[in-house]
Amino acid sequence: MEKELNIKGCEFLTKSTDANEIFIPEEFDEEQTMIAQTCGDFLETEVFCNLDRIDNKEQGLMRQILEKSGELGLLGISLPEEYGGFGQNFLTSMYANEVLGAGYSFSVAYSAHTGIGTLPIAYYGNEQQREKYLPGLASGEAMAAFCLTEPGAGSDANAGKTKAVLSEDETHYILNGQKMWITNGGFADVQVVFAKVGADRILSAFIVDGDSPGIEINPEEEKMGIKGSSTVQIFYNDVKVPAENLLGRRGEGFRIALYTLHMGRIKLGGNVIGAAKRAISQSVNYANERKQFGNLISNFGSIKYKLGEQVIRNFANESAVYRASKNVDEAIEAFQQDGMDYGKSHMEAFVQYEAEAALLKVYGSEMLDYVVDEMVQIMGGMGFSSEMPADRAYRDSRINRIFEGTNEINRIWVADTVVKRGHKHKIELFERAKQVMQEVEKGEAQNKPSGDYFEDKTRLVENFKKVALMLVEAASNKLGRKMSHEQEILMNLSDIVMLIYVAESSVLRVKKREDINAQGEASLYRDMLDVLMIDSADQIRKCAIDAIYSLDSEENEEKYRKGIEYFTDVKRINVKEARRRIADKLIEENRYCF
Amino acid sequence: MKILVCISNVPDTTTKVRFVDDNTRLDTNGIQWVINPWDELALTRALQLKEDKNNAVESVTVVHVGGKGSEPTIRKALAIGADDAIRVNAEPQDAWFVASQLAEVVQQNEFDIIFAGIESSDYNGAAVGGMLSELLGVPSISAVSSMDLENDQVKIIRDIDGGKEQMTSQLPLVVIAQKGIAIEPRIANMRGIMMARKKPLNVVEPVEKDTLVEFVDYELPQAKPPCKMIDPENVQELVDLLQNEAKVI
Repeated sequence: MEKELNIKGCEFLTKSTDANEIFIPEEFDEEQTMIAQTCGDFLETEVFCNLDRIDNKEQGLMRQILEKSGELGLLGISLPEEYGGFGQNFLTSMYANEVLGAGYSFSVAYSAHTGIGTLPIAYYGNEQQREKYLPGLASGEAMAAFCLTEPGAGSDANAGKTKAVLSEDETHYILNGQKMWITNGGFADVQVVFAKVGADRILSAFIVDGDSPGIEINPEEEKMGIKGSSTVQIFYNDVKVPAENLLGRRGEGFRIALYTLHMGRIKLGGNVIGAAKRAISQSVNYANERKQFGNLISNFGSIKYKLGEQVIRNFANESAVYRASKNVDEAIEAFQQDGMDYGKSHMEAFVQYEAEAALLKVYGSEMLDYVVDEMVQIMGGMGFSSEMPADRAYRDSRINRIFEGTNEINRIWVADTVVKRGHKHKIELFERAKQVMQEVEKGEAQNKPSGDYFEDKTRLVENFKKVALMLVEAASNKLGRKMSHEQEILMNLSDIVMLIYVAESSVLRVKKREDINAQGEASLYRDMLDVLMIDSADQIRKCAIDAIYSLDSEENEEKYRKGIEYFTDVKRINVKEARRRIADKLIEENRYCF
Repeated sequence: MKILVCISNVPDTTTKVRFVDDNTRLDTNGIQWVINPWDELALTRALQLKEDKNNAVESVTVVHVGGKGSEPTIRKALAIGADDAIRVNAEPQDAWFVASQLAEVVQQNEFDIIFAGIESSDYNGAAVGGMLSELLGVPSISAVSSMDLENDQVKIIRDIDGGKEQMTSQLPLVVIAQKGIAIEPRIANMRGIMMARKKPLNVVEPVEKDTLVEFVDYELPQAKPPCKMIDPENVQELVDLLQNEAKVI
């Protein structure tokens, strides 16, 4: 079935893509735009005017706002129509997620409900379970939570100690254990709970009604950020769960949890776009009002650098997120044509692009952290005041690097997945890596610029890929299967893979923008791309050299180093002026406008 | 009873306005177009009247004078809840031209209540509603901030200087709506958005009408001088500035 895909997961490392094969956000149609506008209008009328009340955890308020979003249909955007949803594709749900991502704590509650709370039931539930639970979850009558983490089982999710024992008459399970950091846990009516049945080593998943006797909920956690989202510990003391509430098969829970997180990760990559656009707009609003030394601070180069860089990183992230989202939709369609049902086709599509999802989660969360950090800095002393919006944006951003799998776990996941798919010959990783090594040894590599803007950018991306392939080859030769113990090297590899995906997506987007004559000054988008490619080349070079010298393969170090230098050789431009031009446009519009 | 809501297609109110071609044309690059806020409130009220089962409102139609490019805005009105739409296929020239086209639509279709926003947020002409009622030979009430139906009569409250005025009127009637006619514009819901493309959007050709005024060019307002912040303790400095710099006291 994978054969029918345009591009398989991780295959971007070994295969080039044409601009016309990818989706870019400039292509959203009228209906999708209208849905996004509804999300934006909803934030304006229900969320932004209530931010302090939300963060003060006013009793019942978050639930009430979620219910209102349900009345508009926003909780069921991608659910099938037969279960009360609106049957929209993944891309559309991502666009809604992007816009609602600007909603601080509400955004977290929304994502937890519609994503990790509801979708395991949609994808793994049987007909009875779907019919019973999904209409209420889509309309907002019921709220959902995903209960995986335990005190001793965070990143190592399968280490959970929560137990489910099947009753003698096999009519129900008795659930005992403890879960923590449960988003929406304070008010969820439907909990997807992971527990081990009997002496099983692998988790199973259960749908647990929130009002079941024996469930005890601790007071709300006090957190650094997303203070308004409900986060609690939940205790299960002899909770009776009907046997028919086993989700999927016994022992399938760990897979359900993992696959759900793949989906959650790519959605997080989308969420941060909305948050970043809002933060960038607020940054430039301030810079356009604040005067120092008789001048608006937006006239100063140091501030323009920050504004320009905020825009570039968000644009790059956005390019990659929507490219991957479209691939997910294409995979769902291909798998369904191949006979897979609704649930399986979705989960298989997410696992197909698990590495892309993980790297988008990492890039996106770090992009947003950069944006909000510079937002504080642009606002100076006022940025440090709790009266300014930077305060909430800064605190709320930080969790993104932790939940849905820490960025460390996700980085390891990216590298691991790439290497594993190479070993399983799902992608021609090692075959291509050997070719690259031959190319380097024979000095055959061609690196002369052709003069064609996009041809040169594309070749640079292909060269970046060669660096990744060289590193895979070097690390495999030296470490073999022990590679997974060398996490620092895996992280170097993962960063390179991530930078390649984002850079390639940005090249393809800027090219396609010009091909379809999208609105906006083409030269500014080329400026973004120029700066991004230079920064990517420098970062890839550093990661690769650090990794190569950490392998202690002295006899080959020089050969590898030369190859790395060669493949990351990038045409330099005046990046100061490029960033200034981007910032000037932002300053002129006084809002995010790209 | 049939209700017609006239809608304008205007740049989003946060748009950075720029003129090109020697200040003779609005630069539409990058503009996000929306339903004129007053029209959107009027549409919301029209839909509320229809939903109230005590009223015998059969349908809510929206009408717009504009090119094909304005159809997303019209479909937004359908997504919000209008039953059908009419687009008069002509670029709006001036208030007289637009009012004449709207009058033709009303005469061809018969409506009992015609809503028009008090003005559009782009050109702020505030003339179409009054002209339309005159062309139709039906009464109009302007600056309407509240409106209810009771049998065949409308009960209206309009804002006047320092107070409110209550009025009643027979139908048909042109209601020139302002803020207050509905508390907040209605947000299009998912069902509405998905139904919008299935609802009728009828395109009619314009009737020939002259434009009565000639447009010359545009000019942007002068940039506001920067805001001066004064310490609340320092009242004397404020007085000095108001007396000597702003010269307002």
